[in-house]
Amino acid sequence: MENTKKRYWKGIEELKNDINVVKNADREFNIDNMEGGEPTHRRDFLKVLGFGMAAVTLASCDVGAPVRKTIPYLNKPLDVEPGIANYYSSTFVDGSDVCSVLVKTREGRPVKIEGNKLSGITGGGTSARAQASVLSLYDNEKLKTPVKGEKAIDWKSLDKEIKAALSSSKNVAIVSNTITSPTAKAVIADFTAKYAGKHITYDANSMSAIREANETSFGSAVIPGYRFDKAEVIVGINCDFLGTWISPVEFSKQWATTRRLSSAKDGRRSMSRHYQFETGMTITGAAADYRSSVKPSQEGLLLANLYNMVAKKMGGTTISAAKIEIAYLDKCATDLVAANGKAIVVSATNNVAIQNLVNAINGLLGSVGSTIDFTTPYMIGEGNDTEMNRFVTDLNGGIYDAVIFMSNPIYDHPESSKIAQGLKKTKVSISLSDRINETAALCQYTAATSHYLENWGDAELKKGYYSLIQPTITHIYDTRQAEASLLTWTGVSDDYQAYLKKNWNSNILNGGKSWVQSLHDGVYEAAPSEGSSSAVFTGNVSSAAAAVGAVKSDGIELHVFENVTIGTGSQANNPWLQETPDPISKVTWENTAAISQITANKLEIAQGDIIKITLQGAEIELPVMVQPGQAHDTISVALGYGRTAAGKAGNVGVNVFPMVSTVNGNLSYWKTGAKVTKTNSGYTLAQTQTHETVMGRQAVVQESILSEYVKNVQAGRFMPKIATSEGPTRPYSISLWNGHDKKNHSWGMVIDLNTCTGCSNCLVSCQSENNVAVVGKKEVARAREMHWIRLDRYYSSDADITDTWSVGGLSAMEQASDSPEVVIQPMMCQHCSNAPCETVCPVLATTHSSEGLNQMTYNRCIGTRYCANNCPYKVRRFNWWKYFENDEFDFNMNNELGRMVLNPDVTVRSRGVIEKCSMCVQRIQLGKLEAKKERRRPVDGEIETACSQSCPTGAITFGDMLDPESRVSQMLEVEREGRAFHVLEEINVQPQLNYLTKIRNKDKADAKWQFVHTDEGNAGAHKDEEPKAHS
Amino acid sequence: MEVVSPIREKLITGNKSYHDVTVDICRHVEDEPTKEWKIAFGVSLLVLAYGSFWLGKTWWEGLGVWGLNKTVNWAWDITNFVWWVGIGHAGTLISAVLLLFRQKWRTSINRAAEAMTIFAVLCAASFILMHMGRPWLAYWALPLPNTFGSLWVNFNSPLIWDVFAISTYFSVSLLFWFIGMVPDLATIRDRATGVRKTIYGALSLGWTGGARSWERYEDLSLILAGLATPLVLSVHTIVSFDFATSVIPGWHTTIFPPYFVAGAIFSGFAMVQNLMLFTRVVYKLEDYITLEHIGLMNKIILVTGSVVGVAYITEFFIAAYSGVQYERYAFFNRATGPLWWSYAAMMSCNVLSPQIFWFKKMRENIVVSFVIAVIVNIGMWFERFVIIVTSLHRDYLPSSWTYFTPRMGDIGDYLFSFGFFFTLFFLFTKFLPVINMAEVKAVMRSSSEMKEEPKKVTV
Repeated sequence: MENTKKRYWKGIEELKNDINVVKNADREFNIDNMEGGEPTHRRDFLKVLGFGMAAVTLASCDVGAPVRKTIPYLNKPLDVEPGIANYYSSTFVDGSDVCSVLVKTREGRPVKIEGNKLSGITGGGTSARAQASVLSLYDNEKLKTPVKGEKAIDWKSLDKEIKAALSSSKNVAIVSNTITSPTAKAVIADFTAKYAGKHITYDANSMSAIREANETSFGSAVIPGYRFDKAEVIVGINCDFLGTWISPVEFSKQWATTRRLSSAKDGRRSMSRHYQFETGMTITGAAADYRSSVKPSQEGLLLANLYNMVAKKMGGTTISAAKIEIAYLDKCATDLVAANGKAIVVSATNNVAIQNLVNAINGLLGSVGSTIDFTTPYMIGEGNDTEMNRFVTDLNGGIYDAVIFMSNPIYDHPESSKIAQGLKKTKVSISLSDRINETAALCQYTAATSHYLENWGDAELKKGYYSLIQPTITHIYDTRQAEASLLTWTGVSDDYQAYLKKNWNSNILNGGKSWVQSLHDGVYEAAPSEGSSSAVFTGNVSSAAAAVGAVKSDGIELHVFENVTIGTGSQANNPWLQETPDPISKVTWENTAAISQITANKLEIAQGDIIKITLQGAEIELPVMVQPGQAHDTISVALGYGRTAAGKAGNVGVNVFPMVSTVNGNLSYWKTGAKVTKTNSGYTLAQTQTHETVMGRQAVVQESILSEYVKNVQAGRFMPKIATSEGPTRPYSISLWNGHDKKNHSWGMVIDLNTCTGCSNCLVSCQSENNVAVVGKKEVARAREMHWIRLDRYYSSDADITDTWSVGGLSAMEQASDSPEVVIQPMMCQHCSNAPCETVCPVLATTHSSEGLNQMTYNRCIGTRYCANNCPYKVRRFNWWKYFENDEFDFNMNNELGRMVLNPDVTVRSRGVIEKCSMCVQRIQLGKLEAKKERRRPVDGEIETACSQSCPTGAITFGDMLDPESRVSQMLEVEREGRAFHVLEEINVQPQLNYLTKIRNKDKADAKWQFVHTDEGNAGAHKDEEPKAHS
Repeated sequence: MEVVSPIREKLITGNKSYHDVTVDICRHVEDEPTKEWKIAFGVSLLVLAYGSFWLGKTWWEGLGVWGLNKTVNWAWDITNFVWWVGIGHAGTLISAVLLLFRQKWRTSINRAAEAMTIFAVLCAASFILMHMGRPWLAYWALPLPNTFGSLWVNFNSPLIWDVFAISTYFSVSLLFWFIGMVPDLATIRDRATGVRKTIYGALSLGWTGGARSWERYEDLSLILAGLATPLVLSVHTIVSFDFATSVIPGWHTTIFPPYFVAGAIFSGFAMVQNLMLFTRVVYKLEDYITLEHIGLMNKIILVTGSVVGVAYITEFFIAAYSGVQYERYAFFNRATGPLWWSYAAMMSCNVLSPQIFWFKKMRENIVVSFVIAVIVNIGMWFERFVIIVTSLHRDYLPSSWTYFTPRMGDIGDYLFSFGFFFTLFFLFTKFLPVINMAEVKAVMRSSSEMKEEPKKVTV
């Protein structure tokens, strides 16, 4: 990295315009006296020729790039084999976001994040944010050295100055988000002990009210463990537990176990029932069986009413609360009571009264001890809003001499302006951050921190569930992890690795597992033996009800939420995350004002308008996003955008933290009384999907309800017939083609629509694995994103889907319902056996493999795009531009560091060629070779695609359909006559990808999806015939 | 051989002698360029220069300069390609089919029509190259022997059929045009001096005008006409296969071959009409290209326009009758979807506007003929746009539905083809005989009947 500048001149002489250089400038080989000062001698001809040949040969290895020094290993590191990947266990930690991962490294550089199957929490799943985190490692906008003021400083002087400053300071404060690391906590404890300091914790997505309420309700200020897998009835109230709340990867896994069905004879035919009451549409709401939209102001009353309904049904005493009409609330209460303790009610709202009511309901239902587990509380969300607010006051009172920031409150705390003012009163201010972020810009020193992949560390997401972080690459820049900085300043030692090991050996492992083994596994999980899993509700319901009854609403309510991709904005400068569409709104690169159609009509605004929202004296301008399912008279806006110092990719959107208020000491993420004025129109949102409904196309998504499924495992299946001279037949029984001979393998997938939540982990994982280019907001707005896998989201419509004859009927079908059902369908190359793309390519650039793959030969492609046109699934992506080394696309592929993240096994596609999902053919090839070396066939599970490997719910299963033992084969064995279907079966392309119907646990009367093809006649007719293809 | 019909007007008016014809046609080749020509040529060059700038940009930067997206991967590029190929059809039809049918009136217009064919096919070919992501590898679409072992083109792909169809068509048309020009080039040679004599001499292939030459000339013309005639049908049939053999609703239509051929003749005649009306005035050839010619051309425009009209309606009927929901939606969307305006433009320009030619007065009105011909060409451009874009932008999966908005690259590259076409056409009108002197002379009265006489039939 340091050598970058040298490339521009041949030597210092040239730089200084040395007379000899100028004189010899026209000579190709500017070497004096090769042979006595003569020009090229006859005898040197061959020498020069030889040199030229060698130079050309060397240069040709790396076309277009300057020849760089390549130094072979003198002593080859034990683990590094060129071309062979090494995996190290580690843990992705970003504030409260914790996920055990495996880090794939190639030639010493991390290139991919995989799930850690040894983790009892995730079971091998990851989140989109964890997947994307590897790119943040190679962010070239991070600090390269520690900084004092605006100038670089070396660590020695920095440490000296800071130590001196700290020892002369009276009160020292460390401000951080929740620290999930037990060892880091110990470091901070040492530090605060030495300097009589204070550690203040806050979270941008605060959960302090949950702890506070649990203190009053159950006597312990913790966030308990939640067990969605044990619940038969799940009720979420403004709680995106599948997307963002507490431990979404774990909750998704748990939730999915209650949603998985099997069409086998004795297969599972029951599933949980999930109610969701929420303001904005989240993936959790989309996945719910019953969803109602509620305004944030109604939430308390909803809970009080729910409490009363439950209490009434259980014969308990009710509390006084105003009646409120919410769809499905009564049904929800009935189901909750019937679940007999196997129920769970959760709310993410940071309000003590609301959380007390939630606790009261859970207490009444007997969920505490069954689905809510106080023995394994979560160690996150430790931020205390009251303490943080006190800190802000103290800071302005000039109490603190020194402040150390381990987080970025100037951006992500609503009192940022007060903090900025107070900072002026400190003597010394230090930021521990990886870039000059909003907070660091106001601090005197920034001790540049390193990325977690360069660090040692640990995390404890849940009590007793420890996870280790080990460096997978040496420090790229001259940075130091925060813990090491604190240790140095404490004066204990500067070896955090040793400190960590010591802490683990003496305080965590306790002889349970060796350090080396723990490091290998990445996790150490010791279930806490002590403590009762049960707790008794002792809170005061009536006062909570009174508190929520006093909530007033006046006009438009602004609701601020955390979205799946950007979260609270700490990884905002990650172009992968920015370009990952919101799973529901499909918007990329910015946040929007989500608003319902009815409210939009009322306010006379429409999608494409820009509105100004005035609230609490703050003003923000946002583009309007008309969102089906949004509660009326509310506007939802995502946090994490509008950063000003994140970097080129991150400084997009609008910051809504100033709209967060404090209610009874806790941060409140909604407020009423927003004033809305239209300021502009004609804006195009960068959405990856602009159409809302599936237009009654039953061959695309097939779904039914549980009661129908129990009667007939093929419920919801759409079985088209083709008219032939022998009468109507199934499409696969007639064909123009001879099919492909698959002798060895037939790679395929089964995607369960019932367990896919739309979390977008697969999308980022695929992007990382397959070097998928980032194209930026403008190009996404032109519908040119490059993602190989997308998550199609369809809303149900209130229109009659059989009315395909009238103009009005079809237009009505385009309109999503105001309160829609949602289905999310992962869509990528279907690897058709009769692939329409293959027949039309003039140059055979896309062909069929003998293993069922539709393969793309980039080298052969001349870019006619005929294949993309003829693809019924529209999964092919064209390189409209050169996306690497192009200043128009200034993302990671435009700088040397950013390109380090590229997977060396996958070609970076050039301009003018088509690309698409390859079913991770490089992984298949690797797995086959490994097996071949051991003279065996690949074992199922050994080869996983990027999307299937880390799917938190296991919705995507990959395998060999010719291997009878594979999970895919076994699933298809039972589901072929059950839920399995091919998208667009009637066009007879015979995909290798199978989908399983979506089954909702809903009463027929409530189902919005219209089943016109579930009649018995169809299913009966199907049984008579042998389905031919599917192989 | 005098061709006089009791019901027809004379084909060539103005009581021209053979010499008059020679002088009238050769004058433009021999004289200094006229002011009108200079202006027209200058404008064409300017358009070509501007278009070339965009063409260069397209090749240098990539197809991102167009408005295409992940769903609509073809739009103006292939629209323009099909449009230009279609225009070219009229030339072949006039010179080959009408030759076989002994339609003598074709002699005044066939030369320019054939030239138009060749230039139009070149324009079409430029879009084949342009639309490729990596045009420098275009030769990979040819079945050339190569060093990659058995790497071959995909004979299943309609694009390969296109390559064969278009290249055959171009070769035959070029040959036909050039061979037809040889006697006239010899005439110019005989009148020319200096370098011009050498050049035209070389081009006229040593034509002597002997009886044997004429006999061979006639035979070759007939053979080439025979070869070219199936091409009139096959080229656009094969172009239509690009769409007809696909799985996309709105493309996957068996009616396409005849419908495309009719459309091609329709637009080709309209373009010939435009060019002839223009040349007629600029070069004062009113005696050669008479109202009779214009009227006959307009009749063909009327017939083919109505044929495509029937095809449009048939498509809708079949979409409804098929019972396939995607098919039905594709056509519903064409007429009422977000691109309804292009469908409306197509219907009104192609089906409604030519109906005016039911009236003889309108058929023989030069202004009306010119305007309608322009409208027809606009309409036929929209027809291809409608077929390509409205089918693609909303196909099977609604999640991928998008809209298409052209960008400057689309417009610039389209302008390039106009600049290219007219530059070539004006060069042609300046340096080559725009009317087939030899054949025109054959349909004139002989010098022995110079006196004005009432119409009569002579055999």
